[in-house]
Amino acid sequence: MLRLVRPGCATVGGLGGTPGPTDDGGSVSGVAAVEVSGLTVRYGELEAVHDVSFSAAAGEITAVLGPNGAGKTSTIEVCEGYRRATAGSVRVLGLDPGTRQRELSERMGVMLQEGGVYPSARVLDTVRHYCALYGKGADPASLVQQVGLADRSTAAWRHLSGGEKQRVSLALAMAAKPEVAFLDEPTSGVDVNGRDTIRTIVRGLAAGGCAVVLATHELDEAERLADRVIIFDQGHLIADGTLAELRRGHDEIRFHSSPDLDTAALARSIGMVASRVGHDEYVIDAPPHPRLMAQLTAWLADQGHPLTDLRAGAQRLEDVFRRLTAEDGDER
Amino acid sequence: MRRFRTQLRTELQLVTRNGEQLLLTLGIPVLLLVFFSLVDVLPTGTEDSVDFLAPGVLALAVMSTSMVSLGIGTGFERSYHVLKRLGTTPLGRGRLLAAKIASVAVVELVQFAILVPVAYALGWSPATSNWPAAIGAVLLGTMAFAGIGLTFAGRLRGELNLAALNGLYLVLLLLGGMVIPFARLPGAIRAVAHALPSGALADVLRETLGGNGTRPGTSWLVLAIWALVAPLIAAALFRWD
Repeated sequence: MLRLVRPGCATVGGLGGTPGPTDDGGSVSGVAAVEVSGLTVRYGELEAVHDVSFSAAAGEITAVLGPNGAGKTSTIEVCEGYRRATAGSVRVLGLDPGTRQRELSERMGVMLQEGGVYPSARVLDTVRHYCALYGKGADPASLVQQVGLADRSTAAWRHLSGGEKQRVSLALAMAAKPEVAFLDEPTSGVDVNGRDTIRTIVRGLAAGGCAVVLATHELDEAERLADRVIIFDQGHLIADGTLAELRRGHDEIRFHSSPDLDTAALARSIGMVASRVGHDEYVIDAPPHPRLMAQLTAWLADQGHPLTDLRAGAQRLEDVFRRLTAEDGDER
Repeated sequence: MRRFRTQLRTELQLVTRNGEQLLLTLGIPVLLLVFFSLVDVLPTGTEDSVDFLAPGVLALAVMSTSMVSLGIGTGFERSYHVLKRLGTTPLGRGRLLAAKIASVAVVELVQFAILVPVAYALGWSPATSNWPAAIGAVLLGTMAFAGIGLTFAGRLRGELNLAALNGLYLVLLLLGGMVIPFARLPGAIRAVAHALPSGALADVLRETLGGNGTRPGTSWLVLAIWALVAPLIAAALFRWD
């Protein structure tokens, strides 16, 4: 299993100046907001999460990635205090969510992957309800405005689009004025403008010192938002680090050209292995040295092949993810 | 207390916005009471149908609210992850449950505030009116029916729960001595009907509000057992998601 652990991760304090927690739920700078150690979750015979350890710092956005059934939601539900751990220890804001969920709930914002609202409830009424439950003085109308739904404030939940529902859910999480926020697929089904709104809000939460833990299988979203990425596969944590750390040592040159390009001939010409990864997409696993780039473009020009969509440098998160999950599968 | 009040307000807001629930909790009981009091087609065995019907319809109203309305609403809330979402807030499960019970109580008060005057207007003249005992019976009935409704809601998916509780509502309505006298039921079915919470509540209410229950002592006992056992079963079997 590849595991990239950022040095000092467990002791990183909040970037936005909000202090971290202590063991008694108080706040002292320099302690991770979420600390998971040796977590295992079983449902009968099925082991959904196996011996997972990671931490998430205040003021940062930590993306939890993985395919469906990888163990993301189970892990987050344990952190929320909604589900009991079979083994291991979890501390959120210094509190054990299993025994002190009530205290934790006062300081935690939660966004479910779907639903969570009465179908007949109206947008503003729902946000007002949650603001009152948290009692932190959040202004319901302002939250509705912030998530871009001011013109839908009297619409019933069942009449909202998928993206609008996600935005209401985010407003409910914000009603807590959270110190830690668990957001499950926040941009799932959301249109382009809605995504921008959600990203701005999520970044704002982190900038204000909140530890944002964001579960997603939309890699593009993690790439845009996350300070740090944790990758799950089949209940195991297979990588943990910043995007730069996960990409390090995996530079590549990726380009599109003719579907019939002779990769063997290209490899002989440039002295590097070239692979076809799509219908007309090719990858050379090498740093984008100017000489290599010149050799590649010269060879393509000599052979009369087009060159489109040339991309050189660090691997995309999508490719990192594919590589790591493939390696993990091979190891098991 | 603030969070409890907030949740109660939301629960009541949802009840008033839900047409089906209003029909079930208010429309059907009023309709049954008025129609069968004015149109003498039921074999009530009393000179004035309303004297038989009024306690039975009050029992029906309790069943509609505390079993069907509560059960269906909670079942859908579970299916739609509303319970899960609320579980992550400072509301807590205890206050959520308390708000639901209070909401049922408020709706029952409204039901009685409408049904009792309507019954009197239709000529209901109970020989005895032991309202404190009747209220005690209503409390026991509410516990029993809420336990049954929440047992279904805590185990079945939304639509299946809806169908099951509506089916049970119909069975209990017909077998429960609410609108059809026990004496008119076949022997074996009559024994079952007496053992049901609907039959027991209707019989107790008929005794406390009219003095013409068929076997009130047994009915009190049956009602008390249901009121104790059903919530315990619900608590043991309920799943929050």
